[in-house]
Amino acid sequence: MKSPGRITALAVAMLAGVGMLSACSSGDSGSKDGKVTLVVASLIPGSDAAAFEAFGARVKQFEKKYPNITIRSNEYQWTASNFTAELAGGTLPDVFNVPFTDSKALLQAGQLANITDEVKALPYGDKFNDKVLNVAQDDKGDIYGLPYGPYAMGLSYNRALFTEAGLDPDKPPTTWDEVRADAKTISEKVPGVAGYMQMTTDATGGWVLTTASYARGGRLETVKDGKYTVTADNSATKDALQYLHDLRWEDNSMGSNFLFGWSDINQAFGAGQIAMYPSGSDVLTSLVQSDNVDPKDYGITTLPLVGTNAGALSGGNVAVVNPKANRATQEAAVKWIDFYYISKLIDKNQAQADAKVLAKSNQPVGVPTLPLFDQATYDQNQDWIKDEVNIPLSNVKPFTSKIFDTNIVPEPARHTQDLYKALDTVVQAVLTDENADIDALLKGVNKQVQALIDADAK
Amino acid sequence: MTALDTRVPDQALGTLPRPVRRVAVARSPRTWLKGGGLGNLVFMLPMLLIFGVFSWSPIVQAIVMSFQKTNLVTPATFVGFDNFVHVFQDPQFLTAVVNTGYFAVLALLFGYPIPLVVAVLMSEVRRLKGLFSVLAYLPVVVPPVVAVLLWKFFYDASPTGVFNTILDWVGIAPQPWIQSAATAMPSLVLEATWAGAGGTIIIYLAALSAVAPELYDAAEMDGAGIWKKIWHVTLPQLRGILLVTFILQIIGTAQVFLEPFLFTDGGPVNSTLSVLLLIYRYAFQSSLGGNYGAATALSVLLALVLAILSLVYFRMTRSWSDN
Repeated sequence: MKSPGRITALAVAMLAGVGMLSACSSGDSGSKDGKVTLVVASLIPGSDAAAFEAFGARVKQFEKKYPNITIRSNEYQWTASNFTAELAGGTLPDVFNVPFTDSKALLQAGQLANITDEVKALPYGDKFNDKVLNVAQDDKGDIYGLPYGPYAMGLSYNRALFTEAGLDPDKPPTTWDEVRADAKTISEKVPGVAGYMQMTTDATGGWVLTTASYARGGRLETVKDGKYTVTADNSATKDALQYLHDLRWEDNSMGSNFLFGWSDINQAFGAGQIAMYPSGSDVLTSLVQSDNVDPKDYGITTLPLVGTNAGALSGGNVAVVNPKANRATQEAAVKWIDFYYISKLIDKNQAQADAKVLAKSNQPVGVPTLPLFDQATYDQNQDWIKDEVNIPLSNVKPFTSKIFDTNIVPEPARHTQDLYKALDTVVQAVLTDENADIDALLKGVNKQVQALIDADAK
Repeated sequence: MTALDTRVPDQALGTLPRPVRRVAVARSPRTWLKGGGLGNLVFMLPMLLIFGVFSWSPIVQAIVMSFQKTNLVTPATFVGFDNFVHVFQDPQFLTAVVNTGYFAVLALLFGYPIPLVVAVLMSEVRRLKGLFSVLAYLPVVVPPVVAVLLWKFFYDASPTGVFNTILDWVGIAPQPWIQSAATAMPSLVLEATWAGAGGTIIIYLAALSAVAPELYDAAEMDGAGIWKKIWHVTLPQLRGILLVTFILQIIGTAQVFLEPFLFTDGGPVNSTLSVLLLIYRYAFQSSLGGNYGAATALSVLLALVLAILSLVYFRMTRSWSDN
């Protein structure tokens, strides 16, 4: 039998060992003697090696410019269902991005760092388009993030499939009837391909349905005297759903698979299983990075607009800083945001350096976006990088030639992702049940999301 | 049996055993220490710590959270039974319960007999038993996520999908598999059975090999054919194991999450929404901060239901099992 004395000694030794191990938990980011380590979001998981190469090159350029800052990068992708887990778990990088729809609610809940001073110190601090910067500001005007990469929704299409079906890829459809006709032709002439498809899961179903509704003049939420009302059952949304119903059950031009999230539909498009789908105008970048798409086979046009109120849904991302980071890290974070996200839009040297890096790794240069500051700045930027543009600009011309004259409509303002998620079920119902009651389903969405909005006001 | 009533059979007299009493030792901290109690405690300390930190403490925290309104980011407020009321009033709750029940019933009807049948068949095989065991267990070894993604690819509903192509060989029309509310749940059960049967097969094989061969010989002498032998010898001998795997399957299928999450995310139209997926949605669906109060409330409810079910089950089957 062991003596109590020996046992006590053993116990103390064990506890000391455990204690030492726990002290090994590393502070990932932080600063000491002037050197700062910054953890940043890099690319979406699944991006290919060339994309990471391009990113690494930009990181090196940044570290050369700011020798006191070391960058560590994490793959990162914002999705409606993954974000809260990381937020609650405190595992978000120091610099990450959230969509326009969420930045205001997050900053009001204290989830984003206040970076007003650092932003004002930037040379373009006051040049932002007010309406765009507003998504990242609180009521006092303090700034909590920098918007970047605004996009408008368009209709992406596979030029090779168009040609195979006997259609002219330089003349994509311009009305919804033409979209329907082309989809039918493609699904008949090219077996196993869905002529038209749209996203249906993980809140992207509602996002694209809202886009389709906007394109027909509808609005999902209206505001009067500060009170928001959900109007999902407007006639434009019903038309959009009826359209889906007809393509699916009458024309059978949407294929046999109907559960697609953002990554899934990109993957299916890249695999040549879908000919046309509504997408963000900047999706080509990730299509090339993750889904093996050749820009030569890619085309994009504007979504057909019907009626006076019609518009293109627009959104974007906000680069934000983790509020748990210390002051020095937050300052470094803004420097990184400035360098990586914004500077290439307004500084000639940075624009060309970034374009060269992308082109070297065969990443697409010249992907259509919307102006972050104003049209003049945007045009100038396009001019600076024109030598590096490596996508056939004629392929995106159906979009770029029309989008700037289009009415741009921001996403619904309250409980947007909850609204989208609720609409997912409606879209899935229409595509999988021939007798789905569209009216009843939309009224159900009104009720569900209105309850959330009303609960906020209490 | 305690130390006090050890019975020693009195074989010399050929009579009933006489009770022998042992002297009870007074227990005090000193006797505990001297008896090596401290050594026992130190041995158990790592296990206590690990279980405490990773198992028991989160359970207690979850129960506390089920009475709070919290998103783990802003400070939590105590709201009593509000979360439970919210869960009961949610239309998705009824859907999830019905779907989970449907999954459990399908899994019982389809997935419960199959491992038994396969094990009985395998126990009759003379040679290559090892090879069959490996083949049976292989699906279990495949990481669950990989298995589901693989099957998702097989379940492609277009006529060129893997399973639809195979069905075409035997003249059956292409099926929608997970793309239709009617066939989604059965498709999930099919994959879950494939993935989980192997472990149960191995257990049954072991149990079958413990059945005394004399019983089969006796049955054969009474003129029993193969089916009568299985019904009258094999199944009763396996009763204890069958009882345990039955309740384990119920508990496991009640907590199904992976298949609904990866195959269909609860779709189409919430037809594969299970209770655990609903808990996940409460916790993580809102990108502005989850409703962990509702999530933990539903978790507590599920745990309670399963605990009561298990208690009732073991009560009912007490007379049937071998103990």
